Amino acid sequence: MAVYWGAACGGCCVSVLDVHEKLFDVVANADLVFWPIALDTKYEDVEEMEDKSIDITLYNGAVRNSENEHMAKVLRQKSKILVAYGSCAHMGGIPGLANFSTHEEILDKVYIRNTSTENKENVIPQVEFEVKEGKLHLPKFYNDVRTLDQTVDVDYYMPGCPPQTERLLEVFTAIVEGKELPPKGAVIGAYDKSQCEECTRKKSEKKQVKQFFRPFEVEDDGETCFLEQGIICLGPATRGGCGYRCIKGNAPCRGCYGPPPDVIDPGAKMMSAVATMIDANTPEEIERITSQIVDPAGTFYRFSLPGSILRRKVASKQ
Amino acid sequence: MEFEPKIVSFLCNWCSYTGADLAGTSRMKYAFNIRIIRVMCSGRVDPTFVLESFRKGADGVLICGCHPGDCHYHEGNYKCLRRYHVLKKYLSQMGIEPGRLHLEWISASEGRQFAQLADSFTEKIRALGPCSVKKVVETLT
Repeated sequence: MAVYWGAACGGCCVSVLDVHEKLFDVVANADLVFWPIALDTKYEDVEEMEDKSIDITLYNGAVRNSENEHMAKVLRQKSKILVAYGSCAHMGGIPGLANFSTHEEILDKVYIRNTSTENKENVIPQVEFEVKEGKLHLPKFYNDVRTLDQTVDVDYYMPGCPPQTERLLEVFTAIVEGKELPPKGAVIGAYDKSQCEECTRKKSEKKQVKQFFRPFEVEDDGETCFLEQGIICLGPATRGGCGYRCIKGNAPCRGCYGPPPDVIDPGAKMMSAVATMIDANTPEEIERITSQIVDPAGTFYRFSLPGSILRRKVASKQ
Repeated sequence: MEFEPKIVSFLCNWCSYTGADLAGTSRMKYAFNIRIIRVMCSGRVDPTFVLESFRKGADGVLICGCHPGDCHYHEGNYKCLRRYHVLKKYLSQMGIEPGRLHLEWISASEGRQFAQLADSFTEKIRALGPCSVKKVVETLT
């Protein structure tokens, strides 16, 4: 078994560590051959492994630079089963929000224009740099963030930011016990129904709002459906399986578990759902209510921009 | 070669499609750039359809439904109107000129209005130039 991080925060690797003492069951049944957060296996060691010698690889993180891409290709070659583990590998995740900017804009903002940055010589990272000891290399930073399956062939998807450790254990146990695996391309470790099916908040038939609020603008009663209170909750367009933890913690769902089956674009579905709730029939009134949705693109595609239909922001009229 | 816009239009079965049909049977001439897709109601137009159209190379998307109060299903056109406003905001955030998406009410008797709309919307898109979404998605690095 191998676990690798691409453009990730490390949370997915920690979610694997969160199996706690069950980790002993994991290592009793699987030899962990590569896991940068916990083991000192080098990339060269992986490159020298025989093809298909790793039974299962959990690849977390998006594909953002040449290093992520290289390792995705190497691990695909070396693994029997490649799992896109977590929101970033699945749909692009938080790093995917970089698709609202171009690669030049990001480097300029981070290394030059940032108010707390002093960089008089305008030094930005280079792929190659000559020092007296020799040449130094850095991975190439791409313009676009990609999901794992936009880079290599993927067998299964396990959504979540991060995936719930209980779901991982269920999947792991199923594999160890030799249970029949789902068809290729399946989303594992999540349910087919939406969050709303699981969520126990009170819902009524009539979801209509005259005003949208941001969570801090409203005193949540802790019981009523967030949407009915005018707070945007991505539950209707998000798969269940996480145990609606955010909602239990009185925060609306942000959509990390990705769309339910057969939905191509989770953001489009959510726009559709939220728009129909607007309690107005005249263009002026609708416009007034719509303007209260701050940053629709970032809200509806928080975890799914690279995996969505449009994939990235395009440059307005050249 | 001169740019010929590709326009996908979703027309509701009860009013707008019949209106477009009237334009045809009345032998009115209108821009050939409009590709018509009949849907049962403008409320059936999922934002996914609009985004898919742009992704597959449409330069403009036109949605037509029954006039307010006239919807065959009572309020499908209002739902369409609300989605249209949200979608426009999203499109502009994604760098797509919001003018590439247009919603208009066309009744079954408004063949002439449909023909005029087809012409005026085509001219508007021609002025905006080609939509770059398809090209950008195909060349992602």
